Amino acid sequence: MSREAYQVPNTGSPSYGGGASGGGVTMVNRDPFAAEPSTVMIYTCGDCAVKVPLEKNAPIRCQKCGARVLYKERTKRMVQFEAR
Amino acid sequence: MLALRMKKPPTEEELERRKIVGINAETVTHVTSTDFPGHYPQEEHFWDINIFRDNLKVEFHKNDPLEVSFSLVGVDASIANAFRRIMIADVPTVAIETVLMENNTSVIQDEVLAHRLGLIPFRGGKEGLHKFMNFLKKPADGEDPQYVDYNTIQLSLNVDCTHNEDAAKDEEDPSKLYHHANVYASDIEFHPVGRQTKYFAGEDAIAPVNPEILIAKLRPGQSIHCSMLMHKGVGSDHAKFSPVATASYRLLPTIKIKAPILGKEAEKFARCFPEGVIGLEKVTRKEAAQKGSEYEGHEGELKAVVKDTMRDTVSRECLRHDEFNKKVELGRRRDHFIYSIESAGQWNSDAIFLESVALFKEKARKLEQQVVNMVR
Repeated sequence: MSREAYQVPNTGSPSYGGGASGGGVTMVNRDPFAAEPSTVMIYTCGDCAVKVPLEKNAPIRCQKCGARVLYKERTKRMVQFEAR
Repeated sequence: MLALRMKKPPTEEELERRKIVGINAETVTHVTSTDFPGHYPQEEHFWDINIFRDNLKVEFHKNDPLEVSFSLVGVDASIANAFRRIMIADVPTVAIETVLMENNTSVIQDEVLAHRLGLIPFRGGKEGLHKFMNFLKKPADGEDPQYVDYNTIQLSLNVDCTHNEDAAKDEEDPSKLYHHANVYASDIEFHPVGRQTKYFAGEDAIAPVNPEILIAKLRPGQSIHCSMLMHKGVGSDHAKFSPVATASYRLLPTIKIKAPILGKEAEKFARCFPEGVIGLEKVTRKEAAQKGSEYEGHEGELKAVVKDTMRDTVSRECLRHDEFNKKVELGRRRDHFIYSIESAGQWNSDAIFLESVALFKEKARKLEQQVVNMVR
């Protein structure tokens, strides 16, 4: 379980560096839960699209509308594409 | 033998006739050029720089920053076509080549979004783009590319779609209901590095040519965050690097009226062509008085005259009517190329042609060296 747990990437990815992406906003600056990364995961509610922070072993349920379908967020890792 | 060698040089009229490509209702004749040594007995036709220089003519019809039209007269089709191909595939421009996607929760996939970003044409300071910017050297295997200010331009796109609290209650237009419902090319920001601050300052900043290109559509909660790297490239590598929207040429059409077309027929004849190609004039007294001119007794009637063949589209409509079939001869002049070049925005349209000539020279020089090495 712990191996597959969500890993918060370090500031900027090593290969492209913060330098290459001048206007890049790194994940840590935007994520309010960066301080306790291992305990809280953020999901998106499949019904009302609200962001749902869930702790380990918490019931899978949206706190706002009660929907039981939650989606994982997209990876915060930088992905490189060729514009072709 | 002596008599044969003393053959008279071809008349001006004959030379003119040889330049015409014949156009019939369903066939095209005399397509290839014949002005080379050995084609006509006892005629030389060797290529000579002075003859070429005297016959070469360039005439502009239209010269706007984004569209140019001009005639290039007196060159072979192979040369004219070489210029066209160089303009499309070898004149370099700068375009987005790498997209570093940090977040993209829009409905458009990363790959597709990256491809769309790559196709956006950008403009900027001409000196910086054409002289200062250079090609990115391909890195050796396993090495990282060397990004420096003269081969890489940094851009970023950061948009988040949110609800617009000020929108009217019954508003249905997404662009008013939400902030950033549409992501446009103008949302792309330019981040100058090093000497780029000098070359791309103020008016010369790197910016999309058309700021209203729609990149993606968003809904509240969706966002796109990415940075982009631009490099210089050529059209033969990818169409996004091509500096032209279109670069094409056509041959000057010719229309020869062999027998008079008069009265109602003349009006019908004029309608067979685009406006302005065929004019209507009155038969003068002098023409009517001339014996054997076929105008006898038609003084004051309208006759069809060729006014401006440049505007003709060579639809061949007139050849479908039996009354004109024998009286008119359509053709195209083989050495008169009417170019039409539309720039995508990074170059001035006339500069693209000039650059193609410079690149052509460069290629010829390289070839010359190869031939010299071969003979050695």
